[in-house]
Amino acid sequence: MSTSPDLTKAGPAVPGSTVLPAAEPRPDVPERRRVIGRPRRTDGFALAGAAVAGVSLTALLFTRLAPFDGVLGFVVVSYLAFLGFYTLLVSFDESGPTVRDRLAAAVVHSLAALMLLALVVVVVFTLWRGREALVYLNFFADDMGRAGPLQPLSVGGIRHAIIGTLMQIAIALAVTVPLGLVCAVFLSELPGPFSRLVRTIAEAMTALPSVVAGLFVYATVVLALGMGKSGFAASLALGVMMLPIMIRAADVVIRLVPGTLREASLALGASQWRTIWHVVVPTARSGLTTAVILGTARGIGETSPVLLTAGFAAYTNANPTSGPQTSLPLFVFDAVRRPDEAMIARGFGAAAVLMGLVLILFAIARLVGGRAPGQLGRRAARARARASRRDAARFAARARARQAPGVHASDSEVSDA
Amino acid sequence: MTTTTLRGPDAAPPPPTVAGPPADQPDGAPGPRRIVQRRGPSDLVFRGIARAGGAAVLFIMVLVGLFLTIQAWPAIEVAGWRFLTVQDWDPAGNNFGVAGVLTGTVLIALVAIAISVPLATGAALYISEYAPRRIRPLLVNLVDLMAAVPSVVYGIWGFFLLQPRLLVAGDQGEGLPRWLATYLGWIPLFKVDGYDPRDPVASPTALTSSTFIAGVVVAMMVAPIITSVMREVFSQAPVGEREGAYALGATRWGMIRSVVLPFGRGGMIGGTMLGLGRALGETIAVYLIVSMVFVVQPHILQNGAGSISALIALRYGDSTALGIAALMAAGLVLFLMTLVVNFVASIVISRSRSGAASEV
Repeated sequence: MSTSPDLTKAGPAVPGSTVLPAAEPRPDVPERRRVIGRPRRTDGFALAGAAVAGVSLTALLFTRLAPFDGVLGFVVVSYLAFLGFYTLLVSFDESGPTVRDRLAAAVVHSLAALMLLALVVVVVFTLWRGREALVYLNFFADDMGRAGPLQPLSVGGIRHAIIGTLMQIAIALAVTVPLGLVCAVFLSELPGPFSRLVRTIAEAMTALPSVVAGLFVYATVVLALGMGKSGFAASLALGVMMLPIMIRAADVVIRLVPGTLREASLALGASQWRTIWHVVVPTARSGLTTAVILGTARGIGETSPVLLTAGFAAYTNANPTSGPQTSLPLFVFDAVRRPDEAMIARGFGAAAVLMGLVLILFAIARLVGGRAPGQLGRRAARARARASRRDAARFAARARARQAPGVHASDSEVSDA
Repeated sequence: MTTTTLRGPDAAPPPPTVAGPPADQPDGAPGPRRIVQRRGPSDLVFRGIARAGGAAVLFIMVLVGLFLTIQAWPAIEVAGWRFLTVQDWDPAGNNFGVAGVLTGTVLIALVAIAISVPLATGAALYISEYAPRRIRPLLVNLVDLMAAVPSVVYGIWGFFLLQPRLLVAGDQGEGLPRWLATYLGWIPLFKVDGYDPRDPVASPTALTSSTFIAGVVVAMMVAPIITSVMREVFSQAPVGEREGAYALGATRWGMIRSVVLPFGRGGMIGGTMLGLGRALGETIAVYLIVSMVFVVQPHILQNGAGSISALIALRYGDSTALGIAALMAAGLVLFLMTLVVNFVASIVISRSRSGAASEV
């Protein structure tokens, strides 16, 4: 005798048969779904309580109990006390793994906050110390040609440094962008032993410290060729430094282009050149732009190659091929080492301008690119959708015309052709 | 044309299904069609230009490396192996070596790494695991922006804020270096010669311009680079394994310890070494802060430190040919060191499980 076929029959328990309970009556109010991922109120209490307790204990220690002093020490001791109290509070009502989880979360959050704080402090401090110089209009429109270091901030400015920076980075980009992009295309599109060698060497050169690049140009162009320190030598040094960085970034982006796109283009009969120009490069365009702009941001802020090759001038020199030409980082470096307050303020002002330049470049890079190849922005996606709808309407019209060969057929055929 | 075959149109009869060597075929027709790639003139021009671009880059890079070696040769010939052992920099007196500055460079980089790696690990874990999804792109951009801040800005920040206000503040030099020197001074690394922290009139200048302070500033510079590599790797940890850990009852930290950190170990090591490479070559921030010494300075809290890149920036005006050659040799040593570090980093990253698709 095995299980009875009629399982729903509720009768006296026959050995070997299964009895299902009758369905429970549904509650009037639908049951609330419990949310278990959200922090509870006790978590907040534990955090706040531990923070208050930590600071209070430290204040007691520093003012009453122990001969401690110093702001940094206060912060460190309060943080450690906070961690201790937090662990204690959580361990009252949680198990061991949860206590460790909470402690790790607290440490990770505070490390991230510390990092963010460092960035904010660096930016705000530079702007704050530079505020005295930045409010003067002549700071941007004048150079230091007639302004001595002791003169107030209402005289002289950093026009020469801004012009020098823009000119040097422009020359460096004019050399490195075409060369770097062609080389990156070569590395990813014409694979072979030669391109492997080039890639290895280019990767090795990303390790070249910028000061060594500057020393190289100083020894060859400035000393051996006798060109003297000039803006051109500085842009050569920047170019030597930026070229491998740019090649590497562009190479990574081009290699991310899906191979299927390439194969589709080749299968349609396009030549290799047309495939690269019309498929690979447009697909990777945003990433390539980002690579170029981030390389520029890196080059614009480099001080050491410029220090060795550009020379220092107080006047505006718009000719990069002869005579010293100061750039912004070099001006900052020179100004902040002077003892005069006005000069130090000018240095901070120039640093703020330099940071603003980097910020603008960075914002452009993020607006233009940063997407993976083939991923479109909102506007581009809408344009593609419109084109696709247009095509669909056209195909549909043609199909209708084919199905009903009448008066309109010849018209639509003509208009399509 | 609707049918597609591997054979050209002239081979009209369908290929025999019986497998056999091509020579057995009656009319001597070839086996599978040989694929001949004909390139048009535009392709040939393009390939020529691309090859020329690659060759030009190779030429420039090899030229730089070669010239560095050639120009450094006279100094290496004069100094020989003593170049690596002498603790002085006097090219005019034929007595120069990088022992002191090389140690200083390595010490500064190690201090920087010791500070930046925990910071970067925490920040990367926060961005990839803890941060709300909405603010994650913002944080990623902030970290990348931090990496793009010019080094001279970090340098003046360290020189005008970090050193005088936070680390060696006031007449007594209050701050972390004094605390370390007071309580951990028995460790040789933290010893400060000629400075008694318990002496109320001791001058705090003994604690300024040290390896430690330069290391802190460089740490701020390399931390975003390390963070960005680590975040990239952490975010690639497979979702299935994460959910598996959660399904087995792991807390978030348990999941991170058992899935994310083991998965990202290669990226963590590689990112750290990339940061180390940058820290070794950093010039301006170090130059602004340290006061150069040419002897080996093992006390990281003491005034005076050495750095190859700062040495180059300090002495490049040497008029003698030998002085320039000696600096070239020092630069070559620095370059070789960063080269080894970078290569090891890229090998570690590419060998690791997470590094196959990683960008670095």
